[in-house]
Amino acid sequence: MFDDFFIRALIAGIGVAFVTGPLGCFVVWRRLSYFGDTLAHSALLGVTMALAFEINIAISIFIISSVIAIILVKLEKNTNLPGDALLGLLAHSALAVGLVVIGFLSFIRFDIMGLLFGDILAVNVDDLIIIWGGGAIILIVLKIIWKPLFASTVNYELAEAEGLNPDRAKAIFTILMAAIIAISIKIVGLLLITGMLIIPTAMARNISDTPKKMVIFSICGGLLSVIMGLFSSLQFNTPSGPSIIAAALFLFILSLFRIKQSIQLKN
Amino acid sequence: MTIENNVLVKLTEVGLKQRNKWLVKGVSLIVERGKIVTLIGPNGSGKSTTAKIAIGLHKNIDGNVEKFTDKIGYVPQKISIDWTLPLKVSDFMVLTDELDEEKINEALKLTGADHLKNQNLGNLSGGEFQRVLLARAVSKKPDLLVLDEPVQGVDFTGEIALYKLIKEIADKLNCGILLISHDLHTVMTATDHVICLNGHVCCSGTPKDVAMNNEYKLLFGEQASQTLSIYEHKHDHVHSNDGDIKKN
Repeated sequence: MFDDFFIRALIAGIGVAFVTGPLGCFVVWRRLSYFGDTLAHSALLGVTMALAFEINIAISIFIISSVIAIILVKLEKNTNLPGDALLGLLAHSALAVGLVVIGFLSFIRFDIMGLLFGDILAVNVDDLIIIWGGGAIILIVLKIIWKPLFASTVNYELAEAEGLNPDRAKAIFTILMAAIIAISIKIVGLLLITGMLIIPTAMARNISDTPKKMVIFSICGGLLSVIMGLFSSLQFNTPSGPSIIAAALFLFILSLFRIKQSIQLKN
Repeated sequence: MTIENNVLVKLTEVGLKQRNKWLVKGVSLIVERGKIVTLIGPNGSGKSTTAKIAIGLHKNIDGNVEKFTDKIGYVPQKISIDWTLPLKVSDFMVLTDELDEEKINEALKLTGADHLKNQNLGNLSGGEFQRVLLARAVSKKPDLLVLDEPVQGVDFTGEIALYKLIKEIADKLNCGILLISHDLHTVMTATDHVICLNGHVCCSGTPKDVAMNNEYKLLFGEQASQTLSIYEHKHDHVHSNDGDIKKN
């Protein structure tokens, strides 16, 4: 009925949606959307490194994103610049340096559009293993650090005072962010990854009243977006990554009606 | 870590310097099991800083902090809950510890907040929120409770009732309490030892000693100690939780 590449794309997208759901909640709660963008932009540099040294793209992206995250923490401590300025500095520098390095690698044929907006239909079996294996590890680690991470998201001092070690949880979470970007870049591309993290979560916020519900709805929203986006991409011959994000946006708009209702009920 | 001689936390000559300014300096205090130690002092006198040093929230401090327990319940002075995070009171209660329904209900009941259990945290009034904060800190049956202005936003009758409750909690859980207040005469009944701070320890002792102390009078004005003595004379009745007044 469907071609193999389409089935692989579906399996890959579903795998990513399971991970972006819970991580996206923390991105929204901790106001890290621009941080996600910065890591995603630095992924371009990771890809060029992978091509230059012939190593696995996901691993290379993971390493570069982690390095950028560490640099950010150091800069935050040692400069008087505000966080958003530092994020902008790193995001655009990493993007620019990445593009410059690509210029030097003229001997490599390179699909820049696929990198920017995703190339889910080209997913192969190795990618599936990385997505599902890496995704499972991310979710397990997130489950382990859930308590301190969540408590410190609500209130840092409470978590620290009552012995939960929020700094360690935050550092591990940063690594998880780098990891999700590394495994999902092929699905939606580096310009749209943050959208995959945030839009289903924003939709979930509109229709949930507890953190647990928000995580579940966020996963459901991501899954629906992937399925709707891929099928419509097949139907209308639209680019698949942007179609997934557009589907997520559609769900978000639907969820706005739910807010309107609940506000009316209150009055 | 063992608990010796009922001492839960011991600060020896601690100080904290930030941006070339001492926030507090040379503060020593001991909180023991079953005892309530109150820090009072004007705004910016280092009360919260001292409390945070005691529970290890400040690094790079001068002096020595010995903590003999890890079971700490903390009510911070300022806490803002973000609207992006949907959080019910029942979720908030299990923030740092796993608790069963029964313990949650018990703690909420103790602080008169049981009817708020299914409310969204963002919808609570200031006073209701303080009661929930207190319930959360108490629910895990800590050895040491650190309460930073725990009754802010609570109405006057509720305030005295809550201080009474804090005293009861200290007795019932047999825990030590480090309490911060800007107002000596309302904590009067609920405290064993008062430390008056103004960047350093200005004076300390029983509530009565402190109220009569000259340095305290200088810091808060003659009025303050008079209020206290008047209050003491008036103290012939108690306010119950529903606002009722009973003669002693």
